[in-house]
This record gives sequence, C-alpha cells and structure tokens, in this order.
Amino acid sequence: MGRNTRTGIMIVVAASGVAAGRALVGAGRRHSRRSVTATGAGRWQVVTVNRPPAEVLPGGLWPEPLRRLDGAVEVQVGTAPGARGTELAARLRADGPPLPGLAAHLLGDDPALLVRRALRQVKQLAETGEVLRADVGPPDRPGDGGGFLPEVP
Amino acid sequence: MRALCWVGGDGLAVREVPEPRLRNTQDAIVRVSRSATCGADLPLLSPGDAGLGVGDVLGHEFLGEVVEVGPEVRRHRVGDRVVVCSVVSCGRCWYCRRGLYSCCDNGGSTEPMVAEPPWGEPAGGCYGHPRSAGGFAGSHAEYVRVPYADVGAFPVPDAVSDDRAVFASDAAPTGWLGADLGGVGPGDVVAVWGAGAVGQLTALAALLRGAERVIVVDRHDERLRMAERDIGVETLHYGRTDIPAELRERTGGRGPDVCVEAAGAGDGGTEARGFGQRLLGGARPTGSSLAVREAVHACRKGGTVAVLGAGPGFVDAFPLGAVLHKGLTVRGARQHGQRYIPMLLKLMARDEIRAERLATHRLPLEEGPRGYALFRERADGCVRVVFSPQERAG
Repeated sequence: MGRNTRTGIMIVVAASGVAAGRALVGAGRRHSRRSVTATGAGRWQVVTVNRPPAEVLPGGLWPEPLRRLDGAVEVQVGTAPGARGTELAARLRADGPPLPGLAAHLLGDDPALLVRRALRQVKQLAETGEVLRADVGPPDRPGDGGGFLPEVP
Repeated sequence: MRALCWVGGDGLAVREVPEPRLRNTQDAIVRVSRSATCGADLPLLSPGDAGLGVGDVLGHEFLGEVVEVGPEVRRHRVGDRVVVCSVVSCGRCWYCRRGLYSCCDNGGSTEPMVAEPPWGEPAGGCYGHPRSAGGFAGSHAEYVRVPYADVGAFPVPDAVSDDRAVFASDAAPTGWLGADLGGVGPGDVVAVWGAGAVGQLTALAALLRGAERVIVVDRHDERLRMAERDIGVETLHYGRTDIPAELRERTGGRGPDVCVEAAGAGDGGTEARGFGQRLLGGARPTGSSLAVREAVHACRKGGTVAVLGAGPGFVDAFPLGAVLHKGLTVRGARQHGQRYIPMLLKLMARDEIRAERLATHRLPLEEGPRGYALFRERADGCVRVVFSPQERAG
C-alpha cells in the first residue's frame, strides 16, 4: 500500500453529471478506505503508463476506451514514482449502472476484467499510439473450421 | 500460402492458410526465407499443453524480406532483408526503455483473461505461441506479419548469410543473455548446462566476453564433440560423471563463477505449466529444472546462476537453502533480443559468430513434421532444423 499512501493530490472522478468524462491530474494516488470484498469487488484496477499525465488524459478527459464506461466506473490519476509516468486506476462504482449488454454477459462473474482490459488499452494507446491486434487465427476465420484446413498436396 | 500448423496432439502438418495482412499501422509483412526450430516449441507440443489452437502456425526464429509496411513504419522499406526478434515488444513502455524487452507491457495480449493466467503479468509477445503471447502466427510459413516492425526487425548486413543471420533472431541473443545475466567477464570460469544451439552460443558469448574457461555439460556425444571442435570449450558428459564434483575438481574446489542453464525442456519432461496441472500431478522434471538444481549446487559461493530454459513450469524441490547459504544470485529471463541483435549481427559479419554450423538439417517446409521429429528426438545428430519456406520439396 505504500505506493498509495504518499502525500499527494488524489483525484477521484466519477464520470457522471457535470463532471462526466473529465479527470483532474494529481501528484499521487491515495488508498481508498472503501472495503474490498473477498472476490475483489471494489478493488482498484491500476496500470502504470509510461507517459506524463497530460498525455494519458489530454485535456483532463477520460481517454477511449475508458470513456465508454462512463458512469459505471470511477477513476483516479496520479504521478508514478521514479519517473515511471502515470498511475491510472479505475474501479466499478457500487451505485453505477450495470455493464452494457454483451460485456455484462461475458464478464458477469468478474466485471473487473472489462475495466482491466480498458485500462490496458488506454495504456497501449498512450504508449504506442494504437491497440495491438492479434493475427486472425483459425477459430476466427469464418468457414475455416480450424483443423479442417486443406492439406498441401 | 503454405504453413506448418499444429493439428492436435503432437501432430504437425503443412496446410494452406490465408496470407497475413497488416493489422496495425506499425506492422510489416515479411516473406520468410529461413525459419528455425527451437526448443521453446517443444513444450507447446507436449501432451496436455492446451496453449495452441488447431491450425495455429508454429515458428518464431526467422528472417526474410520485407514485402509490405504499414503507414507508421519508418525504418524499413519493401525489399529490406531483415532478421526479426522472436519476442514482440513495443519499444516504448517502461520495461522496453530499460532494455527489458521480453518484459514488454504491450507486446502480448491485451485480454486479461488470456494474458494474465500463465504467470500473472502480461509480458512480451512471441510468434507461433499461444494467444497469451499475443496471438501472432508463426514463421514456419511463406509470409509472416511483424508487429512493431521498427522495434523488432533489423537489417542484415550483406556480409551475413541467411543461414547465419537466422540465429540472430533468437538463439544467439538468448545465448548472449545467459552470459550477460551472469555478468561474465575476464577471468571467469563458466559452466553451461546444455550443448544445443543456445548452450553453444552461450558458451561462445562467454568466451567473447573474456571468460577464461568454459565448460559445457550435456548427455549427447555429438553435441559435446561439436562444442569442443567448433568453440574450443571443455565438455562433460552428464551421464558419465558427477557433474558438481567434476566442476569443483576443475575449479580449485570453488565451483564455476557463473552457471548457465540452457538445457531447455527437450528431454521429455513435462513441468506443470499451471496450477491445475500442478494439482493433477503427472509432471516429470525437465532437463531445465534438473540442470538448475545442479547449477545451484555447483556454483561457487557468491556466484550467479542464470536460467534460460524454454518453457519451465513449477519446479519443486528447489534447493533454496543453497541459494541463501552460498549467497547466490539467481537470474532468469526470456531474451531481450532488441538489445543485442545489432551487436550480434556485427559479430556475425566479422565471423566471430558462425552460427550456421548449428543448422544440422536444412529442409523445405513440406518436411516440417519430419524436421520436428528429428529435432525432438535429437536424432541423426540434429541440433537445429532450418526450414526454407520459399523452396519446394523435390
């Protein structure tokens, strides 16, 4: 927890109402007193982005794809120690709306996965400019059937 | 295009698969001229390893010609002859900036459910490996997509042949890493477990860094003779002598300053690759885990043990007390090739690394299944099989 107990400006932004999708940037992130359940619900999901806060959240706005979780999560931003860039944290709001459609269906048992994926994509976008895509593998090729590829004569 | 695919069990077959396409702006497409087998492939073909999907293309150690580049590729043009690091790394995360390319935050999968289960943290990607390593098709194919091409692809000097340069993709940087992790320097005595391609290149790296003596351990006579003849190192046969005792005797009772495990997993063992497999049991120690235990016992006090072995899983009965009481440093990593490849290509151009001798078998892609059988069994003196995907059998 030492990472989170440094003196600094903590920014908690719940993207709702007037503040929707906007975050302020502080020098550190303070650990929340909110309890964490045994399943991890309520726990902050965090990534460290090797870019300054102003580039992670240009204009203080939530970047995509985090913005799509508007209203469902709260966000903290802080400067990482040792010139490591920005600590970007998010967690589901206890009073937030349910996750949208398919995401809720797929991740119902662990909705934090959706938050982690969004954070990792924010990090990739900030560090490399794009989200790395996998190759189209056999299961993804329509009509391919995976193991039923034609054998080379 | 033709590609060597996993088709279930330990089965491999050459199949027709779609050609790769640019998927990101920093991608390149490479027409593969050489692609080598590697010990890291073998655990993927072990019974019970559910990492690959049927139809996935194997191979990660390769070079070829750039035939297409994405709009954000700056350092390569169509027609460039490049060797590509087997590890996919972004070059811009905190780890890459510090030269720890295989620890890259962005080179693997972005899917938490895929990337996190193996070892808790996503790491750099790899071609021809499970989706947790990014889901990048392998190089045993006519063409391959290269993500982050400016970071992972390197132009090959004219003086370096394809047969030599292909080893700059993975085996040579892994060997150099072993010596680097051990901090090998002038006057050191270095012991290397494993006389395969990585072990031999580790031994050579140790000599090039100034080691006074290098002793290579293996149980295959052909490989030991090769190491003696081609590199000029001492050798020990694993099955015919007490290795720690012999090493103490040869080092004035101290033990080697640096011990490098480069045995890999190729001797038929199957370490548990996850918690489930560990609980179910059935795993046997691999050459890698046995070598690490022996290295810990053999290393001199205050020395360093470097672990390179491909695909280690859970290793129990680890002599942790020896680490403590002897004050050892134990280090391990997948290769940080982007850090070493330009330097290794220069050494290759100066004939200081003649890696092509490790390609004991050169085969067309159609003979991929036979090539892997040779490689797995170490039959016919096989050290490495190198495929030429542009050549046709017959």
